[in-house]
Amino acid sequence: MRQRATESTRVITARPGLGQRLREIWRYRELVANLVRTELKVKYKNSALGFVWSMLNPALYLAVFYIVFQLVLGSGIPAFAIFLLSGLLVWNFFSTALSGATGSVVANSSLVKKVYFPREILALAAVGASLVHFFLQGIVLVVALLAFRYQVSPGYCLLIVPALLVLLLFTAALGILLASINVYVRDAQHLLELVLLAWFWMTPIVYQYRLVADKFTGRGWSTDLLLLNPITSIVLVFQRAIYNRVEAVNGETVIPILPADAGAGWYLRNLLIVGAISLVLGWFAMATFRRLEANFAEEL
Amino acid sequence: MASVVEVVDVSKRFRLYHAKYDSLKERVIHFGRIPFDDFWALTDIDLEIAPGETLGLLGANGSGKSTLLKCIAGILQPTTGHIRTVGRLAALLELGAGFHPELTGRENVFLNASILGLSKREITRRFDEIVAFAELEAFIDNQVKYYSSGMYVRLGFAVAVNMEPDILLVDEVLAVGDESFQRKCLDRVRQFQRDGRTIVFVTHGADLVRQICDRAAVLDHGHMVELGLPGDAVRVYREHLLPGEAYAEEPGEGDVADAGPRRDARLRIASVALEHPGTGSRPYLLSGEPLSVRVRFEALERVDDVSFGIAIYDAAGKHLHGTNTRILDVPVAPVGPGPGEVCFAFDRIPFLDGTYLVTLGVTTADEGTVYDWREQQDSFEVMNPGRTFGLVELPVRVEVSGGG
Repeated sequence: MRQRATESTRVITARPGLGQRLREIWRYRELVANLVRTELKVKYKNSALGFVWSMLNPALYLAVFYIVFQLVLGSGIPAFAIFLLSGLLVWNFFSTALSGATGSVVANSSLVKKVYFPREILALAAVGASLVHFFLQGIVLVVALLAFRYQVSPGYCLLIVPALLVLLLFTAALGILLASINVYVRDAQHLLELVLLAWFWMTPIVYQYRLVADKFTGRGWSTDLLLLNPITSIVLVFQRAIYNRVEAVNGETVIPILPADAGAGWYLRNLLIVGAISLVLGWFAMATFRRLEANFAEEL
Repeated sequence: MASVVEVVDVSKRFRLYHAKYDSLKERVIHFGRIPFDDFWALTDIDLEIAPGETLGLLGANGSGKSTLLKCIAGILQPTTGHIRTVGRLAALLELGAGFHPELTGRENVFLNASILGLSKREITRRFDEIVAFAELEAFIDNQVKYYSSGMYVRLGFAVAVNMEPDILLVDEVLAVGDESFQRKCLDRVRQFQRDGRTIVFVTHGADLVRQICDRAAVLDHGHMVELGLPGDAVRVYREHLLPGEAYAEEPGEGDVADAGPRRDARLRIASVALEHPGTGSRPYLLSGEPLSVRVRFEALERVDDVSFGIAIYDAAGKHLHGTNTRILDVPVAPVGPGPGEVCFAFDRIPFLDGTYLVTLGVTTADEGTVYDWREQQDSFEVMNPGRTFGLVELPVRVEVSGGG
């Protein structure tokens, strides 16, 4: 009797268990890497600047927002470039990953119809590709920090690691959910564009958190309401660590940026809450995906 | 031995919507009122496939055989029931599925193989073999969008067969490509069989089933109507293809599963001898020479209803000729008990060069009962003394006129 290439047993039913599904995804982890590589290669094939485009994007954003907010509107935040980039980095990752993941199953319909692999992989690959862009754009930020000899907060920088993990989890969960829904209701993709636009302005990226939070406090509303937006919690960690100013002084005016009395514990608490929400969302997304997946090959 | 593929009670329902509503607006407008028909592509399929077995799935278009294959592959999920597979599984449903036109052949090999579940280390180890098999050494670093369709298919097949699956699922892909490629595919399938791998394949080609399968299943409108030896399955398949005559053979017998031929061991083939003018002096006959196929049989008791049949195939398994005493209206007197002989004498064998295989069968006149069956165990060699080429020698006269 010959040796089998693998002893793994696969059971195909209408509803595979969550554990079994996660094991399958793990088994196919190399495929995620390969799909990410493909996506990046194809994206910049035949383009002269290639990966530079990934870095150019935040640089151009920066220029636009700088002109609008600093010169035209005069928000007065010092080192606005650093402030903006630390939040924009998070947002760029989140929005590109989510749009990519949402369209992933539909875009790869020829694969889905012909080859078996856990389909969640497609959404994960879209998230993975955005993560690569995230790091490329991170280089822009690091270069900016070095150029300005900007002092970050080494302590809070440690929080970036869990913040990134939570962000990944949240994005992947939402991406998997939307990817499966988009197969049935193609509007999801278009709706998402609008939602993302609104979501961007609801997140303190181009304006400072305190600008809104202080108004909430003034009316006696809880500022925790603002944290209902999970991306806010993550953006705040990045701003605290990299921008590293709770209040900024611009001439005689003091501009409040981040919560004054919040320590590392507050940021960590926020991350844990988002992490917990992401886990529940992830479970729900996987369940929905598995339910809808049964008819993917027919719907596409 | 434990089975490697286990299909338990599998049914698959497709919803056929009368209109397709993909957008939110349409979904909302028609919410809950989208008219559809249920269509059961598979109904209560049970199937176990042993390691090293080659199983053919036969059926007319729409019988559900491809759906079953896709369920086994995991591309479709059964509505009820479950399928268990052990070991690595590769499905040749469409060659080159997942190739990205913008990537080079090399990059696509890695991508495609990892889609099929191979690790990078394994792919690297087999890379040269894959490229050699596809005969694409010179083009492997070109983008796939510049490939011809033949190159595309060759590369897809090369990747799929070189991933050394334990279970190979094949869906009619052997029908694509030119002749030499088909032969190559078939050679690979045979090698897989020798290696003891399990193969499930879907085909319309009854001859192919006879040629390479250990067992075959016949599907008809989602039901498995036969699971047995290839010869039996092919017979049932042919019956089901003829509408109206499907069950005519045994009127009053309700159970479809019993419609297969019965076995009767009272009569068996003892030996077969092929004789031609060169017998004893050369191992081949010349085109146009006569051939006699002598079948000696042994009957344990007196058997009344007997028909002797013969079929000739070429080396690729193509059925070239088939007949039997019933078709030829040759009366066969009751035989046995004791030995007997039947001789099929062909006045001239018109084939040109090649090796030809002979299948012999002894059945009842209605072929409902098989006494003995000798599938392609005997062969003869033909040599063409002339310079004519092709498959058969056709006597021809040539007249040229005009020109002046």
